[in-house]
Amino acid sequence: MLRLLNFLYYYRAFLTFLFLEVLCAWLWVENSQYQNTKFFNSANSFAAAVIGFSERTRQYFSLAEVNRELAEENAGLRTLVEQLAQGGDLRHTLDTVLRFDYVSARVVNNTVAQFKNHITINRGSSAGLEPGMAVVSTAGAVGKVKSVSEHFAVVTSLLNTDEQVSSVLKRTGNFGTAQWDGTDPRMVNLLYIPRHVQPQPGDTVVTSGYNAVFPEGVLVGIVREVDLKKEAQFFDIRVELAQDFRRLAYVKVIKSLLKQEQDSLEQVTYGER
Amino acid sequence: MNRETILHSLYFVLYLLAQVMLFRQLVLFDTAFCFLYVAFILLLPIETNPIILMFTGFLLGFFIDIFYDSLGLHALSLVLVAYLRNYWLATITPQGGYDAGQGPTLAVNGLQWFMVYSIPLVFVHHAVLFFAEAGGFGIFWFTMSKVMTSLLFTMTVILLFQYFSFRRRR
Repeated sequence: MLRLLNFLYYYRAFLTFLFLEVLCAWLWVENSQYQNTKFFNSANSFAAAVIGFSERTRQYFSLAEVNRELAEENAGLRTLVEQLAQGGDLRHTLDTVLRFDYVSARVVNNTVAQFKNHITINRGSSAGLEPGMAVVSTAGAVGKVKSVSEHFAVVTSLLNTDEQVSSVLKRTGNFGTAQWDGTDPRMVNLLYIPRHVQPQPGDTVVTSGYNAVFPEGVLVGIVREVDLKKEAQFFDIRVELAQDFRRLAYVKVIKSLLKQEQDSLEQVTYGER
Repeated sequence: MNRETILHSLYFVLYLLAQVMLFRQLVLFDTAFCFLYVAFILLLPIETNPIILMFTGFLLGFFIDIFYDSLGLHALSLVLVAYLRNYWLATITPQGGYDAGQGPTLAVNGLQWFMVYSIPLVFVHHAVLFFAEAGGFGIFWFTMSKVMTSLLFTMTVILLFQYFSFRRRR
């Protein structure tokens, strides 16, 4: 017994080291995998306030760009209103239910240069946000809500090597998965497009309906490079993101009003998965 | 609580705030980061107990992680640096040993010694940080370029700060 205690005492530094490293590694793995890290992230109000302070200063310099984007969106919406007012497709609006609700939020923290980037926004559970909701901008898909506090939420950015988005090549209708490789913050890869398809640079990539997070048809980006290795099963496709993540300032969180209904129906049909 | 402890607690808060409010925003060419907070562990007094050193490292890393949304990652790299630090200090003891009560700073030990001391430790920190974040060696050369450019950036800032405090002490 005394020998054991002596041993422990002699190696106390190394044992402390091992203990702390295992603890850190566990935290890191736990944090990357699950959606429910509740407190120890930038969504907690103190951290968000500190970050928000420095971010506001920085955002001041991108105001012109933000203004331009909002004006463009405004113009687009006006066109839409005009079309609807001119008698648009009335039947279409009558037999559909309101499926999505949008919550607008300001980005208080955003990184693009890490391998696992996150975005903090200034809306939280008090605005009805929940983990798993989709986040889009005026330009296109942005990410999904990872965890929420009362007034803030952390969003897993598309620029996160763990994030996969089920997407579809709009022109050909083939399904693939958009995933970032960790290098260029303007580009993601579109995986699993099989050999027989003929994708071309310039094709549009949108989210697919098989998506658990995004609604169908949200713009992901434009195909820039297409490459097919000799023996490969799938194409190597580089997609330029519709949203320049370095300029992200305002986003919209999509509340799917029918998600619960769809989920519970699927659960009854397929059972717990 | 003696004067020294209070002073270092103050440094702890200052390094933390500087990192999360200023240096977190400074990313050059999307690859070069500045992790100045490593200097806090590097510059603690030479005779600091390794266990205290590691727990301090863990705590600082943990707080940094909260702001970077990477719980565990910075803590992991910083605890490793804190563990290796004293062994490395023992290995590169200058002739005549260290002066009691002095920190391992540029002002006390000179530029050449300080570079030999800090560059390997900062390199280890950055390498562990980026490769752990990338989740392996999948994109080795890209990750390596991040490590090297960040090493350059961090070391430049650490040296600048050393020269500023050097002048005041003289």
